[in-house]
Amino acid sequence: MSLRSPLGKVLGLGAAKEGVEHWWSQRVSAVGVALLGLWFLISLVALGGLSYDAVLAWLGRPVNAALLVLLIVAVTYHSKLGVQVVLEDYVSSKAAKVACLVANQFIHIALAAIAIFAVLRAAFGIQA
Amino acid sequence: MQSQTPSARPLSPHLQVYRWRYTMALSILHRATGLVLSLGLVLLVAWLLGIANGAASYDCVMAAFTHPLMRIVFVGYSFAFFYHLANGIRHLVWDTGRGLERKSARASARVVVVAAVVCTILFWIVVCVRYSGSVA
Repeated sequence: MSLRSPLGKVLGLGAAKEGVEHWWSQRVSAVGVALLGLWFLISLVALGGLSYDAVLAWLGRPVNAALLVLLIVAVTYHSKLGVQVVLEDYVSSKAAKVACLVANQFIHIALAAIAIFAVLRAAFGIQA
Repeated sequence: MQSQTPSARPLSPHLQVYRWRYTMALSILHRATGLVLSLGLVLLVAWLLGIANGAASYDCVMAAFTHPLMRIVFVGYSFAFFYHLANGIRHLVWDTGRGLERKSARASARVVVVAAVVCTILFWIVVCVRYSGSVA
């Protein structure tokens, strides 16, 4: 006789607790970061100089602001997933691990929020 | 709660028990560059905040970013980016089940290292040419 619940049997995940979502998300966000990251680097080089006016004019174009927001979302998500694996591998104490994983999540979400806010503020025009 | 007493249970083998191979070095470097790139996100956020806070604060950020030490950091950062990108593509190919044999894994390892170094050098040559005459 098995003591596993019917739901547990159907999900079939056992002690792993979750399936391939992390793995897939890491791959999909990797493709996003690869494309958007290269676009960002090429754009900066093409600007030919990082004077304030040039950068602000570049960010003022809707396409650039939108793609930069997408890059921020993709790269902070990808980074969060990657750091999570490292923490899961190397932080052995359960309490410290949970604390680190929560901190990892909070820090990445905070970085994303600050970065997106900054891009939008610059793109919509700065009120002094 | 269970206390943190050392148990007699066997530990899984870790880095130091394996004979050193360069495919292994590349794998470790993939994780290391990933962490470096994650830390570097702070620089991206600082740059964006500088832009959003007006010309004076942007100049502050750029003054810090163009410091000779920071230039070295950015060269290292660009290498980390190109390396992680090239080896990441190698990983995506592996995920399709291709290139996992010892011979092809070693061959692709060489391609990744060469690609990362060449891309980094080319990138800074192009930056120097495009930015000639500009302070940043």
